[in-house]
Parts: sequence; C-alpha cells; structure tokens
Amino acid sequence: MDFSFTEEQNKFRQDVRNFLEEEIKKGYWEPACDAWVQGFDPEFTKRVARRSWIGLTWPKEYGGQERSHVDRLILTEEMLRYGAPAACHWFGDRQVGGAILSFGSEELKKEFLPRIAKGEAYFGLGMSEPGAGSDLASLQTRAVEDGDYYVISGQKTWASCASFARYFDVYVRTDPEVPRHRGISEFIVDAQSPGLSRIPMTDITGTEAWNDVFFDNVRVHKRYLVGEKNRGFYQVLHQLDYERSGMERLMGNYPLFEAIIQFAKDNKLSQEPVIRNKLAQLQIEFEVGRLLIYRVALVMEERRAPNWESSMSKAYSTEFEKHLAGVAMEVLGPYGQLMSGSKLVPLRGMALHSYLGSKGYSLQAGTTEILKNILAVRGLGLPSS
Amino acid sequence: MKLTLTEEQEMLKKTARDFLGDKCSKTFVKQMEESETGYSRELWQEMGELGWMGLAFPEKYGGGDMSFLDLAVLLEEMGRACLPGPFFSTVVLGGLSILDVGSEEQKQEYLPKLIRGEKIFTLALTEPGYHNYDASSVTVEATRDDGNYIISGTKLFVPDAHIADYLLCVARTKSKDGITIFLVDAKNPRINYTTLKTIAGDKLCEVVFDQMPVPKANILGRLNQGWSAAQKIIERAAMGKCCEMVGNIQRVLEMTVDYAKERKQFDRPIGSFQAIQHYCADMATDVDSARFSTCQAAWMLSEGLSCTKEVAIAKAWIGEASQRVFALAHQIHGAIGVTVEHDLHYYTRRAKAAELAFGDANFYREIVAREMGL
Repeated sequence: MDFSFTEEQNKFRQDVRNFLEEEIKKGYWEPACDAWVQGFDPEFTKRVARRSWIGLTWPKEYGGQERSHVDRLILTEEMLRYGAPAACHWFGDRQVGGAILSFGSEELKKEFLPRIAKGEAYFGLGMSEPGAGSDLASLQTRAVEDGDYYVISGQKTWASCASFARYFDVYVRTDPEVPRHRGISEFIVDAQSPGLSRIPMTDITGTEAWNDVFFDNVRVHKRYLVGEKNRGFYQVLHQLDYERSGMERLMGNYPLFEAIIQFAKDNKLSQEPVIRNKLAQLQIEFEVGRLLIYRVALVMEERRAPNWESSMSKAYSTEFEKHLAGVAMEVLGPYGQLMSGSKLVPLRGMALHSYLGSKGYSLQAGTTEILKNILAVRGLGLPSS
Repeated sequence: MKLTLTEEQEMLKKTARDFLGDKCSKTFVKQMEESETGYSRELWQEMGELGWMGLAFPEKYGGGDMSFLDLAVLLEEMGRACLPGPFFSTVVLGGLSILDVGSEEQKQEYLPKLIRGEKIFTLALTEPGYHNYDASSVTVEATRDDGNYIISGTKLFVPDAHIADYLLCVARTKSKDGITIFLVDAKNPRINYTTLKTIAGDKLCEVVFDQMPVPKANILGRLNQGWSAAQKIIERAAMGKCCEMVGNIQRVLEMTVDYAKERKQFDRPIGSFQAIQHYCADMATDVDSARFSTCQAAWMLSEGLSCTKEVAIAKAWIGEASQRVFALAHQIHGAIGVTVEHDLHYYTRRAKAAELAFGDANFYREIVAREMGL
C-alpha cells in the first residue's frame, strides 16, 4: 500500500496548477461551479490541447501521451479545483475517445482521436430518450440501412454539452426484431448533418443545461458505426463506467467548497461549534470520497473497466455535492436565497446554483438507484431482481 | 499510489486468518467474555510464538522489524475474529509507546519481555469525568517525594489493567501543562482494580492509585513534557482501533450479503429485492471508504509522516460509518440477528466500544476543523 504520488506526478500537478493560476491571473476566466460541463471555452480547450493534456492516457499514435489513469485523475482534479471551463473537451476526453479506442475501427480512431486531442472535436451524447431513461435498452430511435448509409430517426434528450457539440455519440436501434439489448448500435453523427436539430432545455438553475436532439432522416455513413452492429448496448455499459469514474462527481462545486470555508472564517462563523462541526464533516466526506475515486483510477490502471467501483464513487460523491450545497445555504442564512446578479448576493450566487443544480447530480449518468443495483449485483454478487 | 497489500502482508493476513479461524471461535470469545481474566494464557503464548507481539518492533529487541502498516494487517484480522485479550493494550498502547519515548535502557529492559509474550502492558490515561482527550483533563497527580514520585487518584476505562504487569500512567506533575508518563509496576499493592462490565465484554478497569511510590527512573520520556507523547499515543491508538474496526465491518458486510443470498421470503432470496440490495450497497460503500481512509492514515503513520488530520478523518468516519453498517446489518438479518444464537452481536457490541475509544466522531471533527484553520 502506498498513498504517495511519484515525483513526476507531483511535478505534473504543480504544472497544471501553475497553468491554471496563470490563466486566472490573466483574466481569461473565473473559477466556476459546474464548469466542466457548462464552461464552454474553445480557446481554453485549445490551450489545454497545446500542452497535450487531452487524451492523456491514449496511445501516442492517436495523439495521446500514454500516461497513467492516475496522471489523468491528477489533471482533472486540478481542473476541477480551479473550476476551469473545460466543457468543450470533457466528454471526448473522458469517454467518447475511450469508446472509439476500445471499439472503433482504425479509420475512426485516426479520424477522431487526434482531433479530440487537439481540442477540435467536441462531443455530445445521445443516450437518453423521452421514454428511455434508466431503462436505456428500451430506446426507440431507429437507424435503417440504406446502401452505404444508415438513416436515423427519433429523439434524444438530456444531451449535455449539446449546444456546442460538433459530434454526437448516439445509440440507436438497428434491429427491432431481436431481444432489445441485442438490437442497439453506436454511431458518431456530425452535429451539422441535415435533419438534425437541437432545442435547448433550461434547468432549475436557469442554465441551458441540455438539449433535446431531433433526428429527422439523418443520413450517416456506415464507417461511423462504432464497433459491431447491434453490440451498442454492451458498449454503452462500458462507456458509462468511464462516465461515472471521475472526480467531477465530487468536485464539480469545489469553488463553492473553498468559498464557503473562507466565508465562515472571514465572518467568524467558524467559531460557532455547530458550523465548525458541519464544515469539518464536509471535509471528512470530501477526503473519503477522493480516495474512492482514486481507487477507480487504479482499477482502470489494471486495464479493467471500473464497473461497480465507479458506481460506488459516483453515488457517494453526488450525495456529498448535495450535502455541500445544503451546508453552504445554511451557513449563508437568508443571504443564501439571493440569486446571481442580485444586490447583496454572497459568493457570486454559487451556493444557490449548487443547491438547485445538485438535485440533478444523482440522476445524470445513472441514477443513484441504478448505481446501487450495479454495486449490489455486480460488486456483491446479489441475485438480480 | 497503490492500494494492494505486499506479498508478505498477504501471507501475514492468511496466516492470521487461518490461525484465528482455528483458535478464536465465537464459543471461545464467549468464554473469554465470561471469564475473569478475559484471555487465554495458552493462546497468548502461541501468538507470541508466531511473533505477533514483536511484529512491529526492531530486531535488536527481538522483534520482527516490520512496520505499523504490517501490524495494521494483523489488527484488521483480530477485529475480524473479535479476538479477546490484551494484544492491543500490550502492543499498541504499551510497547509502541515505550519504543517511541522510552530511553534505550528502558527499551532493553521491557521490550524483549513484551515481545516474548512474558509481560502484559497497558495504558492508564482516562479518568472519571474525562471525555475530552486533552491535557487539562488529567488530574491524577504524581507528587515529588525525595527524588521519587507518589501517584494518587483514579484512572478509568483502563483495558486489561487487572492482568497487566506494567501500566503506563499519564499523570500530572505540574499544575499547569505538566504531564509526565510513568511506567508503573501494575502488581504494586497500592493499586486497586475493579473490572467494569462493558458492552464489548472486554475488560476495562477502574484503577485506583493509593499513594503509590514510583522511582524517578520509571519516567517514560521527559518530565512535564509528556503530553505531546500522550497525544501521539492517542493518535496511534485511534488508528489501531480503526484497523480493528475495518476487519469487523468487512466481516459483517460479508455475513450480511451471504445471509441476503440464502434467506428466502416470498419464494426468493431477500437479496434479490432492491430494498435489501440498496442497503447492502450502502454498507459496502461505508466499508470501502472506511478501509481506504484507515489505510491512508495507517500508511502515513507507518511512514513517519505527520497525519493528525488523516487519523482524525479516519476515526471520525469509521465511527459513524460503522454505526450505519450495523443498523443495516441488523435490519437485513431480521430477528435472528438480535438473538445471542447468531454471531452478529459480537461485532455490534465491539463496534460500539471501538467508536467510543480514543475519541469519537465529534472529538475528531473538532481536530479536522482545527486542521482546516477554522
């Protein structure tokens, strides 16, 4: 057992911090909550790419650096600590690139991976549908073969990063005659394709957090099929393991965490035993969650998909985020209700944003209930219900 | 970063699990709880022969030259087996403290006997009304008398004091901030012991010192400067308790999941119901998070790194996590789990005692708050 980082890793962490501090100093952006999924800044993504920090774990031949998953976790941990606007490249870097690497053809790898790594190809996801949430295998969007093409029709929803996405990673039904898990395929679809349209959806924080994405006879060439036809459901389970694996589930609101501790210190609230106790408990929960997530990176390092381990860390972490927002609102008292832009609003409205935003964290990328099912059945070997 | 055990640690773990599986049945645990001494001399000697008492001590005293992290593996297995007896008192509270602050002469004198399993040690720290591990709570006084000291007063919750050969007694030697640790002959007739009846069935004692003389040579560490040493002792003891608790709750998780797979209602295993599955998932999350935070702090302690915050996090977390684990374990086991016929209660009772020992979650949250600069 060893909880230390190597000298190179410590240096790497420092390099990332220096870079981010310099960015803030130059006024390029302000630290923000949820910036990993809502901070769209193509120029920032370009600057990160120039440092070769996108696709860090991928093979060099596809634009990666062949670094470890722990290295990548260090990088993302620091991005989140500083609330950096990394949304343009987050999904491609975190999961779509990996999916292409695991299942895609050589042609697809060459076409997309280097462009994700250069910060040019932004991805959105097309998984959920109005009638297919936790029960993803019930999805209805169809793809019908037509010569060298597939023609896609249907609707996807809750698509994060969709307004800015240049491509969508989409799961559709390619065979309605077979048992439903065995008739789904994965495609990469150009967001500019004729027949594809997006309508933004506003969440309870007032943010355009997702899009409905409509496919009206969208033609996609067969070479954009990822992996084998009709194997898409098994591929999406794999991809979801990675989607749930990261530090963003614990640190999406880290700027608020730092700010509320500072606020308590500045206003002498931290001398009140109840508040001390609550803030210390948050710190404890945070540190414990961080270890659960480093465990996930170590699982990936063994070349295993982090299945029940990432279910555990994600379910745990989203509870932490809710707790953080709840405590922050308590500490702020009546000021907590003031919205960003209001007179007297404390902490730029971060606490209120997180309080409302965190209601969705335990729903996206697998509800806590689904994650606990996975942990119970696949982690503990309980019989499926 | 690595979360796996070394090959040597895996071997130690296997040896310990096999040995304790063989020697420490719940029938044996029950006998020890009901006995006056609370341990078996025979088993104690066998543990000594396996080198367990000496595991984490330097070779020059007859020890195994292994680390605290290796000892942590053993403590986890002991927690898993609900092992009764004075191992924790002797090694974690007594021996490692002597190794830390004792003079070379004291180490030469006491450690080899401890390592050979010949002598039992323990720590007399807490007192009546004392629940806040700080220096001001120490009121048992050691007054100077002709170059030597006279100790008077009452210590409470002293584990295994009734069978101990030596006590490490934390006493006040100066009215303000003057704490000194004395190594005391536990068999001195001026000490009175009463064994208390406890939830864990372990042997916690009330220890009354009645004008007991102690030679100056028996001061462990520095006169009046003993509190920083005591803090380190408390920190290590808390850590040791965390290790035992990890073994305890890991075993309870396994027992509970096994039970959920076997027990049938409505013609299906209860573990196929989502309500039970989610309980089990919550238990597993608490167990794994407690394990990692404990391992992190144990690793730091073992490496000699400053780990006040990490120990505090581990102990605060596991104290409350284990209570959640037991609430669910009992709920899933149903009524059989609240009978003495089932083994679960051995674990439940010990977890509560361990939660209270060497600082509970509120105590450690305050330390975390201080470390955060609050």
